[in-house]
Amino acid sequence: MSTPVLEARRDSRPPVIAPGHTFETVTDRISRVVLRRGTPRGWIVGFALSFCLMMVLFYSVAALLFRGIGIWGINQPVEWGFDIVNFVWWIGIGHAGTLISAILLLLKQEWRTSINRFAEAMTLFAVACAGLYPVLHLGRPWLAYWLFPYPNTMGMWPQFRSPLIWDVFAVSTYLTVSLMFWFVGLIPDLATLRDRSPSRIGRGVYGILAMGWRGSAKHWHRYETAYLLLAGLSTPLVVSVHTIVSFDFAVSVVPGWHATIFPPYFVAGAIYSGFAMVMTLAIPIRKFYNLEDFLTMRHLDNMARVMLATGLIVAYGYMMETFMAWYGGNPYESFMILNRFGGPYAPQYWLLITCNVVIPQVLWFRRVRASIPALFVVSLIVNLGMWLERYIIIVVSLHRDFLPSSWGMYSGSIYDWSMFVGSIGLFLSLLFLFIRYLPMISIFEMRTLVPGAEVKEETP
Amino acid sequence: MNDALDLDAIRRRLATSEGRRFWRSLDEVAETAAFTELLQQEFPRQAAPIAEGVDRRQFLRLMSASLALAGLGACTRQPPEYIVPYAKAPEDGIVPGEPLFFATAMPLGGGALGLLVESHMGRPTKVEGNPQHPLSLGATDVYAQASVLGLYDPDRSQVITSAGEIRPWSAFLATLRAALEAQRAKGGAGLRILTETVTSPTLAQQIRDLLAEYPQARWHQYEPLARDAAAAGLRSAIGDDAEVHHRVERADVILALDADFLACGPTAVRDMRAFSMRRRPAAGAPMNRLYVVEPMPTVTGGVADHRLALRAGDVERLARAVAAAVGVRGVTAPGGLATHAAWIAAVARDLAAHKGASLVIAGEAQPPAVHALVLAMNETLGNIGPIVIYAQPFTMPGEQAASLGRLADDMEAGRVDLLLILEGNPVATAPADLRFAARLEKVGLRIRLGLYDDETSRLCHWHVPAAHYLESWSDARAYDGTATVIQPLIAPLYDGKTAHELLAACSQRGDGAQSAYDLVRDYWKRQPFSGDFEAYWRRALHDGLVPGTSGLLRIPKGRGEGVVPPWVEPAAAAGALEISFRPDPTIYDGRFANNGWLQELPKAMTRLTWDNAACLAPATAERLGLANEDVVELRRGERAVRAPVWIVPGHAADAVTVHLGYGRTRVGRVGNGAGFDAYVMRTSDAMWIGRDLEIRKTGERYALACTQDHQSMEGRDLIRAATIDEYRADPAVLRERAPEEPGDLSMYPPHRYEGYAWGMAIDLSACTGCNACVVACQAENNIAVVGKDQVGRGREMHWIRVDRYFEGALDAPAIHHQPVPCMHCELAPCEVVCPVSATVHSSEGLNQMIYNRCVGTKYCSNNCPYKVRRFNFYLYSDWATESLKLQRNPDVTVRSRGVMEKCTYCVQRIQHAKIKAEKEDRGVRDGEIVPACAQACPAEAIVFGDQNDPASRVAKLKAEPRNYALLGELNARPRTTYLAKLGNPNPELTRG
Repeated sequence: MSTPVLEARRDSRPPVIAPGHTFETVTDRISRVVLRRGTPRGWIVGFALSFCLMMVLFYSVAALLFRGIGIWGINQPVEWGFDIVNFVWWIGIGHAGTLISAILLLLKQEWRTSINRFAEAMTLFAVACAGLYPVLHLGRPWLAYWLFPYPNTMGMWPQFRSPLIWDVFAVSTYLTVSLMFWFVGLIPDLATLRDRSPSRIGRGVYGILAMGWRGSAKHWHRYETAYLLLAGLSTPLVVSVHTIVSFDFAVSVVPGWHATIFPPYFVAGAIYSGFAMVMTLAIPIRKFYNLEDFLTMRHLDNMARVMLATGLIVAYGYMMETFMAWYGGNPYESFMILNRFGGPYAPQYWLLITCNVVIPQVLWFRRVRASIPALFVVSLIVNLGMWLERYIIIVVSLHRDFLPSSWGMYSGSIYDWSMFVGSIGLFLSLLFLFIRYLPMISIFEMRTLVPGAEVKEETP
Repeated sequence: MNDALDLDAIRRRLATSEGRRFWRSLDEVAETAAFTELLQQEFPRQAAPIAEGVDRRQFLRLMSASLALAGLGACTRQPPEYIVPYAKAPEDGIVPGEPLFFATAMPLGGGALGLLVESHMGRPTKVEGNPQHPLSLGATDVYAQASVLGLYDPDRSQVITSAGEIRPWSAFLATLRAALEAQRAKGGAGLRILTETVTSPTLAQQIRDLLAEYPQARWHQYEPLARDAAAAGLRSAIGDDAEVHHRVERADVILALDADFLACGPTAVRDMRAFSMRRRPAAGAPMNRLYVVEPMPTVTGGVADHRLALRAGDVERLARAVAAAVGVRGVTAPGGLATHAAWIAAVARDLAAHKGASLVIAGEAQPPAVHALVLAMNETLGNIGPIVIYAQPFTMPGEQAASLGRLADDMEAGRVDLLLILEGNPVATAPADLRFAARLEKVGLRIRLGLYDDETSRLCHWHVPAAHYLESWSDARAYDGTATVIQPLIAPLYDGKTAHELLAACSQRGDGAQSAYDLVRDYWKRQPFSGDFEAYWRRALHDGLVPGTSGLLRIPKGRGEGVVPPWVEPAAAAGALEISFRPDPTIYDGRFANNGWLQELPKAMTRLTWDNAACLAPATAERLGLANEDVVELRRGERAVRAPVWIVPGHAADAVTVHLGYGRTRVGRVGNGAGFDAYVMRTSDAMWIGRDLEIRKTGERYALACTQDHQSMEGRDLIRAATIDEYRADPAVLRERAPEEPGDLSMYPPHRYEGYAWGMAIDLSACTGCNACVVACQAENNIAVVGKDQVGRGREMHWIRVDRYFEGALDAPAIHHQPVPCMHCELAPCEVVCPVSATVHSSEGLNQMIYNRCVGTKYCSNNCPYKVRRFNFYLYSDWATESLKLQRNPDVTVRSRGVMEKCTYCVQRIQHAKIKAEKEDRGVRDGEIVPACAQACPAEAIVFGDQNDPASRVAKLKAEPRNYALLGELNARPRTTYLAKLGNPNPELTRG
């Protein structure tokens, strides 16, 4: 194969792939992370830490199953606490992957290529973490399968009017489609790894996973069709999952939950937190694995813009909640808002406003968007803010609802925190395994970005 | 042991000893008799059972005789003692699943409450009031409801013990007889019997008989909550021992002087019924008006039309002012109440305007002078006769604290050789200045009969477990004299003995082994009766009343005016606070400290559980720089105790109220260590009120478990209230503030309930917030006790709660109560959100909870606007303790971990009545189904029935203009509705 002369695109913005790369260098750079001999020390340290945190999760789950959910801080009236906060937070994080992969694919945003694989994996792992909570938050988690419609001797079906049942379908569908989308997208790269793997085991395992991919035109054709179809399937799911999660709240009568703005507000919040998490993870990884060529400033800049846009939608949501509490004339609603502003959880509320509304406004400035440390800090703050948002919505609405006699207070117990931290451990452990054993950037799609990949009519 | 030791001999002994080289003390080496005795006391197993040793032949002879006797022992049968069920006799003995009811009575505090006890397969499970009993009228208080748990308490003492060793009854009898034999020669000069107030005629007779045998012996009665002041005051005013009885239902105007007559005292249940009858606008008679003067808000103060917060020590001052104003001769108003002059004048005018139809009541905590003063006021107002009756007491008269003081002096002087303590817990409850515990140790032989191996038993040589009243034959007279034969519902669980049996064993007459049954029966056989005794006896057992015993022996007229002692200005130390001692609203004088239901029952005014506190006014707390849960040191002279502070709106300023009965150290796993011991501060000269309290902030904090953190209604329309005059003028006044109810917004026609439509109406005018419904529900529905820690986390399990709100000024707020069970909404928000159909609607409108389908998402509870659902965060039900299993209602599932639960309207009772009606081919009659809360309610505030039947009581109540739905604007359409609270304030006092 001849080596074409590569030229940087003529574009004022930074390129999506650094100049000077060929098919060979792209393939080499990405697959080397997986196929290299020996594991880098940094990876071992990081994985060990994550693994320890994951063990904290397992311990907490064992304690929970053994003793009961009383080990959490939940009480009457706040019957949902960290469990559902974490569920919604993780599900929100799980939004970015599919959005990047599917919607941006359909919109032909080619810059998505270098982050989509990685974001999709993050989605899967976040949804896996999220999926823990609806099961574990049950008083009797071993009966969680009763939420699925399956033929049984009891002659019982789930109660289809309950938003929790919609959740079951929404989340499991999302998980399934995301998994398929991710796996289908991996097949050509798995074949590359199979071909390049120096070890027998590697060749065997990657070979099986590659499902006989030979790179023929027919394969490519079918692959493109399937991938496009899955992208089409995923696109409505991005919107539907968090819409339905928001129904858990919107369908109820609780002041602070019962609001029609919830679906778009939740979807925007999910994308917001999802992009923040991608950014949080991408910045250190591109540094440690020297992938600055593939994950360029262009990507970070684009993600920052998306964050800014969705952050503004979320801010609009906060504004509308407040406005409707006044405009609606419902005394319970207006009390709820005043209680957020000045009640016992006011510090958390104002911290949330600071994290989600005030600080992200710095992303208007190009200089901030070009500064990696600034972006990293902002993304962490947004992650925190989005967690607080769910805390405010769930806990603060419940702790003071209709009858003042039943008002109470809530705070997370040690087990609430250990499960939260532990689920981050699970997430990171899965991510480390993914980085080590699978190509974290789509090799074949990156190759299409190499300028020489564009088939041009040669002028004689 | 203190004899001079022969040290030389010890040296010699040590020098020559072989083998044993370790020695414990010089005494041991010297082998003194005293040491050997000590050794045998400490390690009784080492005491040689047969000193001389046994040869083989003798051993075999003993063994064979023992075995033969053991076999014979197994052949003895209990003599049949028939108890008689209430209402209907079972045709074929016990029918499984069909409960039987037996009439009995619970003696408490010098009175007794007539009860019907539900028995399932021989196990008493639930206590109800006896409708025929004049002091119960079918209702109960919290103590009676919870007493069934006391029966099954696994911490009750179970064996006779002496010096920590389990001993047989025969060994006890031998000791007792030997001690009595020694007394016989002296005529019983060293014998003392200490009981609580004896209301049992049989027991009183037994004691009198024993005193006849031992003429020099003495009988003392002591209860920490005895009505000593009333007894002294009335004796000074009347010249004879007397007790006062009230006809509350006839009074138009009531002035309660520090008297919590609706919740405390032996007639509280009846009085509450009588009072509430006159609070309903539909009652016919005009609504009564209640004035209350008290330091600490009580149930009675909570329902008062006008409540004045006044230090307990100032109540006499106010009483004298009112007495002077109503024209009691010889009484002048002392100064010092200028700020309340208008109040006093208005009350006096109101009382004077209702001569012969008013009532002044003095509380037990008030000094004798107030009781004499109240007698004079009632006499001047012409109330004696129609409303107030003075009658001879049915119990042994006399001031009990003074009596206990004499006993303590006798003990100190070494005049007591043998002391029988029959129940009561004087070591814990005696006035602190008597140093009862220290003096008790000077008594030669101390014998204790008690339910618990408690503080008193620890200091006694012998402890005999007492039988609970539900496992005893006995009898008791209620405060109005009505006698009830107490029937056992079950054989003693732990071989407990009754006081009757213990005294019978003391007596020379009889064989000493008479059963309580024979003793009680023989007593009543000796009393006059008509007709065949067997029929009379059966009738008495069946009805729970001994016919012809309820007449009061009236004392026609007091000595009346001029008996009131002159006013003495109390000398209070400058800057000192006042301390009031009060019975605890849930654990009484401490005897119920090991009862989990009562410990976890939120106290009516403070909503605290599991603890008592130093209650004080917001202004006082502010002045002293105290906040809730601050630990303070309360000090009266040398006596001090540390207590957490609880700020109570409506408390009198510069005063502290403490509740007695907490701080127990030896009562059981439930009660040990809960709260602080207020008895430590209580002395003979300040049994109720002390004026010399000093308070010091310690800087420590102590967490209290309160079930209601928020006291204000936040301007929400939760409790609707109006005055009776406003309501009579225009019933719509109640709807003025109410938000609009949405009406029928649905496109579909409303669901029609054919057949029964169960509903409930709760009359807030009648409800006093006494909590009887809460305990009744707990007993009926197997509701678990969760403990202080879990209550502190907001996880209490009560299916019905009584919300308490304050309204108005912090120092003198209006107090409102609202019992909140499940509302059984027709459009229940909980039902739609359950993903597994674990909570569903019945065709009769019940919102049902299916425990075995529940997976525990808790979504239903989040979506319940009334927050009446309760979740089993842990395995709260005790699945391990055997004795508690016996208590459970077999008709109600015992819930497991991880499921939601809530009020069912007592669906088991509904089903029971429906099945019965179906068998008899008829509909369920109105009033046939009574949920546990409604049944226990002394005020009859809760009414349940079929709202489809326009003739039913509930339908009629719901048709009243007072009827409203709580949070009706949410359109959940609750089946439980409320009747607005009406008050009857004095226009003279509300005008300003």
